Formats: sequence, C-alpha cells, structure tokens
Amino acid sequence: MEARVGETFRKRLIVFYIPLFLFLVALLFPFYWMLITSVKPDFELYNARNAPFFVWHPTLSHWVQLFQNTLFTRWAWNTLCIATASTAISLFAGVLAGYALSRLTFPGSTSFGIIIFITYLVPPTLLFIPLASVIAELHLLDSPWALILTYPTFLVPFSAWLLMGYFKTIPRELEECARIDGATRLQAMTKIVLPLGMPGILSAGIFSFTLSWNEFLYALVFISSPQQKTIPVGVVSELMKGDVFYWGALMAGALFGSIPIAFVYSFFVEHYVSGMTGAVKG
Amino acid sequence: MKASPQSAVTTPRSSGTLTSVEAPARQRSSWLENEAVLGYVLMTPALLLIVVFIAYPFSLGVWLSLTDKLVSRPAHFIGLRNFTHLFESQIFWGTVWNTIFFTFSATVLKAVLGMWLAVLLNRKIHFMRFIRATILLPFIVPTVLSGLAWVWMFDATFSVFNWGLRWLWQTTEWLLNADFGYFRGPRWLGDPAWAMFSIIMVNTWRGIPFFAISFLAGLQTVPTELYDAGDIDGATGWQKFWHITVPLIKPIAVVVIVFSFVVTFADFQVVYVLTRGGPHNSTHLLATFAYQLGMASGNLGEGAAVALFMFPFLALVILWQLLYLRKEDSQ
Repeated sequence: MEARVGETFRKRLIVFYIPLFLFLVALLFPFYWMLITSVKPDFELYNARNAPFFVWHPTLSHWVQLFQNTLFTRWAWNTLCIATASTAISLFAGVLAGYALSRLTFPGSTSFGIIIFITYLVPPTLLFIPLASVIAELHLLDSPWALILTYPTFLVPFSAWLLMGYFKTIPRELEECARIDGATRLQAMTKIVLPLGMPGILSAGIFSFTLSWNEFLYALVFISSPQQKTIPVGVVSELMKGDVFYWGALMAGALFGSIPIAFVYSFFVEHYVSGMTGAVKG
Repeated sequence: MKASPQSAVTTPRSSGTLTSVEAPARQRSSWLENEAVLGYVLMTPALLLIVVFIAYPFSLGVWLSLTDKLVSRPAHFIGLRNFTHLFESQIFWGTVWNTIFFTFSATVLKAVLGMWLAVLLNRKIHFMRFIRATILLPFIVPTVLSGLAWVWMFDATFSVFNWGLRWLWQTTEWLLNADFGYFRGPRWLGDPAWAMFSIIMVNTWRGIPFFAISFLAGLQTVPTELYDAGDIDGATGWQKFWHITVPLIKPIAVVVIVFSFVVTFADFQVVYVLTRGGPHNSTHLLATFAYQLGMASGNLGEGAAVALFMFPFLALVILWQLLYLRKEDSQ
C-alpha cells in the first residue's frame, strides 16, 4: 500500500505516523528504562523530584557490581549451554519426526500428527508439579540436565509441527528422482530434503533457542542452588532478595540478560519471523 | 536431477552415481527401506520424549491430584477430596474468575491493537524492515526480565508513570491557576483492581508484536487488486478493512487468537514477577495459584489439582482447533 491517491500529508500524519510513533514508544520504552536506570547513580535513582527520563551523572557502577559481585556471568554460561543443548536435541528429534510425518505413510501416522499437535498446545504450567517428581525420580533435580531434557517437551512438538509444514513445500519428485538413481530412503532424506529444508530448520532452531533462553517456570522449579541457575531465574530470585531492591543492578541484569538474545535475533530476523508465523499456520 | 527412463527400468538400484564404498552401507540399512519401519524409527526420539516427559507426568499429575501428597511424605489416595476442598474455597473461585477475565481482556486487547499495528506496518516507508524487526523486541526478550522493568515502572514511590501523571496534573494546575490538591497516582501493584489492570497491560504489551507480525503475514497475502477494486467502487478505508481485509485474514487470525488464548490462559511469568498473586490473592491465575500451593507450600496434591483444572478448558480449545484445521484443510 503506497501513499494513496488523494491522501493529504495531514491525514497521513494522523492515521499513520502518529499511531506508529506511539506504538513504537509504548513497545520500546521499557528497554530505554532498563538502560537509563542501569546507568543512573543511586542519588538520582531514588529522587522523586528530578525528571526521571534522563541521566545527569551516568555511572557504570551497577554494571560493574552485576559482573563482579553476582553470579551473573555464571548464569549466562548456564543459560547458553542449556539453550544450545536443548535446541540441538529438539532439532534432531523434530527434524526426524517432521520428515516422517510429512513424507512417509505408515500405520498410525495421522494419530502421531495429532499427538504432536496436542502436545504443541500443552502449556508447561499444566505439568510442572508432576514433572518435578519425575525429575526427582531421575535424580536430576538441581542439574542442568533437568532443563536440557525437559525443554524439548515444548520445543520438539513446535519444531516437528513447523518442519512438517516446511518439508511439505519441497517437491516430492526431487526425492523420487534420487531414489530412482539408487539412493536409499535415508539418503534421500539427508541429501535432498534436509539441505533444501535448511531455512526451515534454521527457523526452528532460532526460535527454539530463544524459547529456551527465556524459559522460566521449569528453571525456577527444578533448580535451587544459585550456581546452577539460568539468567531469568537468577536475576529474579537472587537479585531481588530482601526488602530493598537494588534497582540499578537489577535493571543491569535485565538489560544484559536481554542483549544476547536480541543480538542473536538481529542476525536471523527473517528466519525468526518465518518460524513464528509458520508455527501458527502449520 | 532427472533420471533417464532407461536406467530406471533396467537397473533401478545400481545406477553409476553410487560408489562401491556406499553399497554395503545401503545393504546393512535395507530394512530402513520399508516405509513403515523408517517412519517408526524416525518418530522414536520424539515419541520417547513425549511419553517420558509429557504423557507419564500427565498421568502422574492425575494421580497426585487424587492424593494428599506433601513434599517428602508418602501419598495416600483421598479420592476427589482435593477438588471438593478447592471448590469450597473462595480463593480458588476468585482465581478461576481472574484467569478468565485476564485471558479474555488480554486476548481482545492484543488482537485489536495487534491488528491496528499490522495495518500500520503494512505500509511501505523507509526503514520499515528495521521498524518491523524492532517492534518484536518485547516478544523476544525474556518475559521476567522485561517484567522487572515494569515492576520498577510501577514502583510505589518512584513510578515513572505517576511522575508523568503528576507532571500533567501540576501543569494543568499551573495553566488553570487552580489547586487540585496533592496528586498521589494509582498504586499500580498495591491495589487489587490496579494490579489486575497492570498484569493485563504487561501481558498485552508482550503479546502485541506476535499478533502484529502474524497478522502482517496474513495482510501480505491479500491481493492489492482487491483494494484497487474497492477504490473504484468508492469504498472508504474502513469499509475496505471490514469487507476485504478481515474476511481474507480470518483463517490466520483465528489460529493466532486461539494459540494466544492458550498461552495467555496458562500464563505464569507476568504474574509471578509483578504481583506473586497479590495483593490479597487478587491477581492469582490458575498457574500461579498451583505454584503457590504445590511449590511454595509443598502441598503437591492440591497444586496438581489446581493445575489439572486448566485441562478441560485447554482440551476444549485444542479439540475445536483440530476440527477447525481439518475443516480448513478439506476446503
């Protein structure tokens, strides 16, 4: 939709530029607020008089405090490892299941598709209490493996569902030609469908990685010792202790917990978006 | 990639493209040539995971909800007593009502505002790709971390919103040369009604980008000729929206709304960070109440019962979605 015929600048200002600007301000202000709070000295932070939107004496002391006096770097490392491992597991299982459900017909394949869809819509909040018992039975409480193994419960159905849709768009004929040339079914999959499906696999991977990075409930319930925590749980539970909150350090934690994932996202915007919309459309 | 018909007829399995090194490997895995066998093999990792970490916990949850299980104590079967106990509790019904109200308000707000934003984002201006990428930030960043920023913005003493409102208040006083008295501002997280408003606002803030980008994907499939035809017939912008845009993106919109409904209904993070269910349990959702009972108080049986109470609602939605998708497919 280009600027339409007969549309005056004033009208465009009212129906387009101003609303868009207001949306941008509303959606991005909390991030500005994280940043500005994290560089304000305490005497500016806890003074209700002066205009809070600017900083007059910027300081990095909250950042230094975050990296030196808290376990933040440890949490960041934990989060990175857990997100990477659970994404890898989910992609492996999701690619195989997505391929089987989109390309092969076997007894029960339709029911498996429905099972994947149902589990895709099961929220973690429904299962976390019994799942905690399962994790305890497996002696995995307080271990990163508790998260690496449980995150795939929502990542695998998602990836399989997304990739099912993606693999269906790859012409079947390509595979049939390869099989005529003597390739086994497995070779047709690994040499034809998977390389062509790379964009879809990348979408599923990026999306899974951000979901694991952001996961909160399982990490809150299954992990208890401060050294083992992930960023979201560490910042909320370890930095918010007591009655007095140190907002400078807290906002620095929120900021530096968000930057890595925003950084990863910035390289894969298109893949992320196609993962997001593809997962909905199926 | 086209195989010649001859080679297909004569020697389908031994065309020259395969080297001799690969041949034994092919024989070894020949049972994988069976479509059904390969299908089951490929499904195994996913199914194993679903059985161990979804199906088994689900049945365990049903069992727990029928017991008086406390942390580190053996469980005794007590029938439906957890449920009858809950049904007599005012906090429980308050929580159910909160969950319904929260889910409904937040989903409607997200759908309306997301649609509006999608229409804005569908125009072509400079930097539009950049703008589209940036507005997704609330959806990408960990919810509890952005939630912390909101807690700080809602702070009882240093709320930036109240600072802005007070500034407006005082400026109006100054302009009208009047005295309205001292402006206190809402206690965002301290007052039950405002706390509910606040969690709905934060959930909406986080969800708008998802709606906007999904709707935008739908908008981009609408052929522009239809709008040109509308222009020729003299339709206003609003008429074009209702009679062209809405019917065409309805299929996507329905799926997005249902998907968001499920996620909002089961929300935990926003409430946990902003209010922990308070003040006076006025903002508990089923998920946070289940956590409160099961994890914070160690009453696993009752906690499991509350979490399980979400299931009938979700099952209805999933069933409806399955039937709807199937109908769409057959059309």
